[in-house]
Amino acid sequence: MRRSVSTAVLLVALGFGMAGLGAGTGDFSASAQLKPETTEVKIDNFSFGPGTLTVPVGTTVTWTNRDDIPHTVVSTEGAFKSKVLDTDEKFSFTFSKAGSYPYFCSIHPKMTGRVVVQ
Amino acid sequence: MFEKKKDELLIDHNHDGVDRRGFLKCMAWAGTGALCVIQGGVLKSYSLSNMPELSAEVAGELSFVQISDSHMGFNKAANPDVVGTLKAAVDKINGLATPPEFMLHTGDISHLSKPEEFDTVDQILKSASPKDVFFVPGEHDVLGDDGKQYLERYGKNAKGAGWYSFDKKGVHFIGLVNVLNLKAGGLGTLGHEQLEWMEDDVKHLKDSTPIVVFAHIPLWTVYPEWGWGTEDSVQALAYLKKFGSVTVLNGHIHQTMQKVEGNVTFHTAASTAFPQPAPGKADSPGPMKVPAEQLKSVLGITDVNYVQTQHALAVVDSSLA
Repeated sequence: MRRSVSTAVLLVALGFGMAGLGAGTGDFSASAQLKPETTEVKIDNFSFGPGTLTVPVGTTVTWTNRDDIPHTVVSTEGAFKSKVLDTDEKFSFTFSKAGSYPYFCSIHPKMTGRVVVQ
Repeated sequence: MFEKKKDELLIDHNHDGVDRRGFLKCMAWAGTGALCVIQGGVLKSYSLSNMPELSAEVAGELSFVQISDSHMGFNKAANPDVVGTLKAAVDKINGLATPPEFMLHTGDISHLSKPEEFDTVDQILKSASPKDVFFVPGEHDVLGDDGKQYLERYGKNAKGAGWYSFDKKGVHFIGLVNVLNLKAGGLGTLGHEQLEWMEDDVKHLKDSTPIVVFAHIPLWTVYPEWGWGTEDSVQALAYLKKFGSVTVLNGHIHQTMQKVEGNVTFHTAASTAFPQPAPGKADSPGPMKVPAEQLKSVLGITDVNYVQTQHALAVVDSSLA
């Protein structure tokens, strides 16, 4: 399940890369093709979507709370921590190092997610 | 004495005072209010047609009210007027036939831990007939500062992160904090320090002392998939095994629910702000939108009476409708 989500995200990322190529940006090293500038995670119905997100190094991930209830985005290992996000509020973090970053909502700890940075 | 005799629990399969049908019946009445009386370990439940009369019937040596989950500051569709519904709860309290001696607030006083949200609740509660209010924090009351502001406002005489105990007319009350230091994937947590304090707190009490424990997140596992339970509550309950009468009052799940397990009766109170779905009956535990005219029927207060001669605590849920 998680693997298929990651694959889908990668394919989307590749798709963006190809679109960039088609538009003739000129700068298309392998890493540039895989590098969307920002990626969204939506907080909906007490869950992070996608639950596992795979992105290249340097990607800024933005979480948006679309619930009627406040949530937080807190790295389990202390890498990042949002303030409390009320409805429609956002939190962004730029991942500059490769690794696996599990995180959760510190208010509703059953809500967990992961960002895999490659 | 009670008109609804047919609703009494008559079969006790597990000898624990509650059968499945009785339990479900208790739950089904959540919206309109239910009265559960525990006498000699046997639960009797009655549908609640006239709360003030019933309150007078079951009045004992001690009467208090539990309110919960005011979520002051919440303004979404599920209830755009949480001030109005909290005021309605206070009116209900002031109209009780037996004036309660004090109130318990089982947390989520505020929605976002903002000072003005706490101020508004304090102001509204001043118009309630009982002057003393005993609080425990919900997760919404400790946002951003790990509960510092909560402790300054409500926990001056409390220990640790805000836990404490007190005695009223022979009943020992224990207020616990289970909304801090939550771990990824986990449930509510009491923590080692608080558990040690609790063990010591009850050690010297007589076995016959009625115990009331109150905390925000349920101390029994209601629905772990939604985080409705407390990781280390088993340890806390183990300290209470020697007591003949233990009542656990919680909030958090915005609906009334009861369960009897051995010597312990668990009870969760309705919110004064907005309802949440029954366990597993929705995609998530988010606020449940009901038609405006039905809202007050799913919000409420809980009235608790202690009858010394029968060693029984009667818990009455009353909707705001």
